[in-house]
Order: sequence, then structure tokens, then C-alpha cells
Amino acid sequence: MSTVSETTHDSAVALSAPPSPDDGLPAAELAKKYGLAVSGARPGLGEYARQLWDRRHFIVAFSRAKLTAQYSKAKLGQVWQVATPLLNAFVYFLIFGVLMDAKRDMGPDTYIPFLVTGVFVFTFTQTSAMAGVRAISGNLGLVRALHFPRAALPISFALQQLQQLLYSMGVLIVILVGFGHFPKLSWLLIFPTLVLQFAFNTGLALIMARAGSKTPDLAQLLPFITRTWMYASGVMYSMTDQLKRAHAPEWVIDVLGANPAAVYIDLMRFALIDGYGADKLPPHVWALALGWALLLGLGGFVYFWKAEEQYGRG
Amino acid sequence: MADQNSVDKTAASSRVPTVIADDVHIVYRVYGGNTGRGSATAALNRIIKRKPDAGVREVHAVKGVSFTAYRGQAIGLIGSNGSGKSTLLKAIAGLLPAERGKVYTDGQPSLLGVNAALMNDLTGEKNVMLGGLAMGMTREQIRERYQSIVDFSGINEKGDFITLPMRTYSSGMAARLRFSIAAAKDHDVLMIDEALATGDRSFQKRSEARIRELRKEAGTVFLVSHNNKSIRDTCDRVLWLERGELLMDGPTDEVVRAYEKETAR
Repeated sequence: MSTVSETTHDSAVALSAPPSPDDGLPAAELAKKYGLAVSGARPGLGEYARQLWDRRHFIVAFSRAKLTAQYSKAKLGQVWQVATPLLNAFVYFLIFGVLMDAKRDMGPDTYIPFLVTGVFVFTFTQTSAMAGVRAISGNLGLVRALHFPRAALPISFALQQLQQLLYSMGVLIVILVGFGHFPKLSWLLIFPTLVLQFAFNTGLALIMARAGSKTPDLAQLLPFITRTWMYASGVMYSMTDQLKRAHAPEWVIDVLGANPAAVYIDLMRFALIDGYGADKLPPHVWALALGWALLLGLGGFVYFWKAEEQYGRG
Repeated sequence: MADQNSVDKTAASSRVPTVIADDVHIVYRVYGGNTGRGSATAALNRIIKRKPDAGVREVHAVKGVSFTAYRGQAIGLIGSNGSGKSTLLKAIAGLLPAERGKVYTDGQPSLLGVNAALMNDLTGEKNVMLGGLAMGMTREQIRERYQSIVDFSGINEKGDFITLPMRTYSSGMAARLRFSIAAAKDHDVLMIDEALATGDRSFQKRSEARIRELRKEAGTVFLVSHNNKSIRDTCDRVLWLERGELLMDGPTDEVVRAYEKETAR
């Protein structure tokens, strides 16, 4: 690179045209002439996905950091990663297993794994939605300070919940073995189920993040919605059995069985628990699981991307 | 390019625009800032009557600012507190969307703010990694520069603090680490928000030196500061904002003198 010629060229321009020929040119044309782009404009969907891929290390590091930061002030520290889901399952067992005796159809050896699986799998979706609502509105400082595809935040929150679930799954396996459900081939179904549920949850978190950035009130409302959703998903009792007992019409059973949370919970129970056969699954269960994952995963991504340039406003 | 700029300060006179602000307006919407009745019934009433704007107050922070910045310029932004300086920087960086008007930039401008969000519950070490990744550096780049970031921040001068959570740091130490992380990257268009005001005297000197270095490497530098001396030392052009409007735009001496005359009263 010849430094001298560059410099003389520059000063030549400055001398020969003290009032630059660019003077009086409208801003948009001036920008076009020198190849300037609108700042903060939303990139195309493909370009956006590529930028997001470039930040994958940030997404992973951010989710890990959030996970460790969560319990860093507690004396027991990371023990709470395991203790929290365990206590959670214990409380539900106390209420539904002992006080209300919902286990009468199953017997405790099946009911306790049934309950704990339901609680853990549902909590995964629930916490992803809750974290999604605050993903943008709770990190406005970060959004207004640094430039990165905003979808990195809700995705990384969903990933944090996935890592949390993996701790819970460890607890679950101990419980399963304790109640005489030993590892078998069907346990491999955990992996496709988790992948599909993670795609669903990520999409849900993306949708919630956009909605929550515009309407922060959603954070107040969401706990009630998710609690209703939990009771309608058969977390503590077998929804199908209850509805059959109440002589509900077949289509009501099918519609409630198609609810995504119920689909993922049922699949996980089917994979893990001996006494939980295919007869308890709703029809076309894998198609439903895949459909929900694709619908929310892709739909949520596009929906979030559409408002990309707006998130800094808060 | 970096060499050329460092050798030849008059590159400032080359007329290649890097940032064009065209009649930029920025409006913040603040919830719960309404001066009317704040009771629950009043809020419910507004929702029922479908008047969503009643609960929202608009703050017109920047009102129609236009300017063109050229390659090699170091531009200072001055004005009293709340005059819209930081907001304007965020709009140039594309972090805050403009209500009306447009900002055109050459490449992706980076905002070097000491407020960049890091996690207080994490160790300084992990925050260096996280901050670097957030800025778009690769793991290798961060590992390469890790030692220089820590040394520059001076966190370890008083013992092994980098392995402690950031919440145990004094406010000055935390600010120094944030600045060191932010300053570790090279930028095309660099914007610095009050960065010089952090830390003790020796750190201020170090950061001023680092900003001069960054300025040599960057195409254009914007600096927000209330310290007229650091503006005089680093900038060759100054924009004076007041109440969101561009009051004056010209050579440093001229504008700073007018500003000092105004504030001295």
C-alpha cells in the first residue's frame, strides 16, 4: 500500500474542491454514493440466521453464565440445581399422591415416576415461556449497549432451561431406578422428544420475548396462564382417565390430548415408565410432536425477526 | 489504513462520509410516567375506554438532528445532562430505532459504553469471555487478548480479584473492567460514552491513551463527555446538543468556547 499517493490523492480532492461536490446532495443520495447502509436496519431472514449462527458461542456462554449465576449467592450453590426440582416433585407428591390420593389407578411404583416426569417436563416449557417474556425487557441494558441479533437472548434463555432440565433428568433417572423402572431400549426415545420439545420451547420463548418487549404486563399475567395450562395438561393425574370417567365426548379427549405440553409429557412417560403403554398416547402423537415443534420453532423465529429493529426502544 | 491515519492527521480533511444523520428524531415511551391518577381503577378505566396512550408518556429526546461525519474525524458531543447526547449515539449505533429520519453508516458502528451489561454474579474472568463474545469476538481472539485486558484494567494489582464475582468489586473496579473489555476490540466507527470519567487518575490516563490508539485505528470517533479538557485533547470537531436539538456544529475551539461561555453564566 503506498501511503504517499493515498495522502496526496486525499488532499488533492480537498484542495480542488474546497466546497465539496457532495455539498447540497440529499442525505440519501450521499449515503448511496459512498455505500453507506441504514444503521440498525433489519437484515433479511437468511442473513439474520447466519448472524445468529456466528454468535452461537455467545448464546451458549450466556446461557451457562445465567445458569451458574442463578445460585451463586446461595450457600449450597449449585446443589440447588438438583434440589429445586426434587423439592418441587416432593410438594406435588405430598398434595396429589398423599392428600388427594390421585395414585389409586396406578399404584405408587408407577404414580411417583409418572408425577415427577410430568412436573419436570412441564416445568421445562413453563420456565422457557417465563424466561422468554423477560428476555428482551429484562436485558434492555444489554440490547442498548451491544449489537447482536436479538434472537440470541430468548434462544439462550431456552437453552438455559434445557440445561436445567438435564439436571432434573438426572434426578428423574435416580427416582425411576428407585421405583424399579430400569433402563431399556425405549429410553432412547428421550432424545427425539427432548429435541422436539426444545424446538417448541425456543419458539415459544421467541414469541413471548417479542410480546413481552411491547407489553411488559405479560410477565404478570403469564403465571396464571401457565398454571391453567398445567392443570389442563395432565401433569398430576392422567387426563384421559379422568375425562373418560366423566364420560367426556371423544373429541374433547383428542383435543386436550393434542395440547403440546401434554404431547411431550406423554411421550416422555411412554419412553421411561414401564406401566405406561402406547394405549395412553393420543393418536398420531409423533406427528403432533413434530408439528408443534416446527410450527412454533419456525413461526416464532420469523415472528421475532419481524420486529428486530424495534427491540432497543423498550 | 490504520498506518495511514496515524501518520497523517490531515486525513481528517478527506471527504469520505462515514456517518450521515438525516433529520433524526428519537422518542422514548415511558410506562407509568403519567402524571394523572395512578390508581388501579383509573388504569382499568383507560383500558376499557381503549385509550392506550393515556398511561404512556412520550419523551422526545432527539429532535431533528442532521450532520455528516467524515473519515478520520474525532467528533465530540457536548451539552448539559439530558440533552440527548447518549441517545443520539445509540441511534447512530443502530441500537435505538429512530422515530423519524434515518442514520446511514459505513459498516457497523460500535458503542463503547461503560454501561455495557455484564453479570455481577459471575467472576471477572467469565465476564471478560462473555463480554468479548457479546461484542462478536471469537474465543481465540479473547484468549489471545485476555491477559492484556486484565492487565489494562489493573484489577489484579490489589490481589487476585479477577477470579471473584463482579459484585465484590468496588464501583470503580467494575467500571475499569467494563471499559477494558469494551476497548479490547478494534472498531470502524467508534463511539465512546463518558468512558474517560471512570476510575482513578492513573486509569484515566491509561484509558485516554487507549482511546487515542483506538482513534488511530478507527475511521471515525464520537466522544460524549462533560470534561471539556478531554474533548479538547481528543476531538477536532464538536456537536453541541441542547434539549435534543443541534445548537452548534463546528471546530472544537469555537464550539467549546461558546459552550463554556453559556455554562459559565
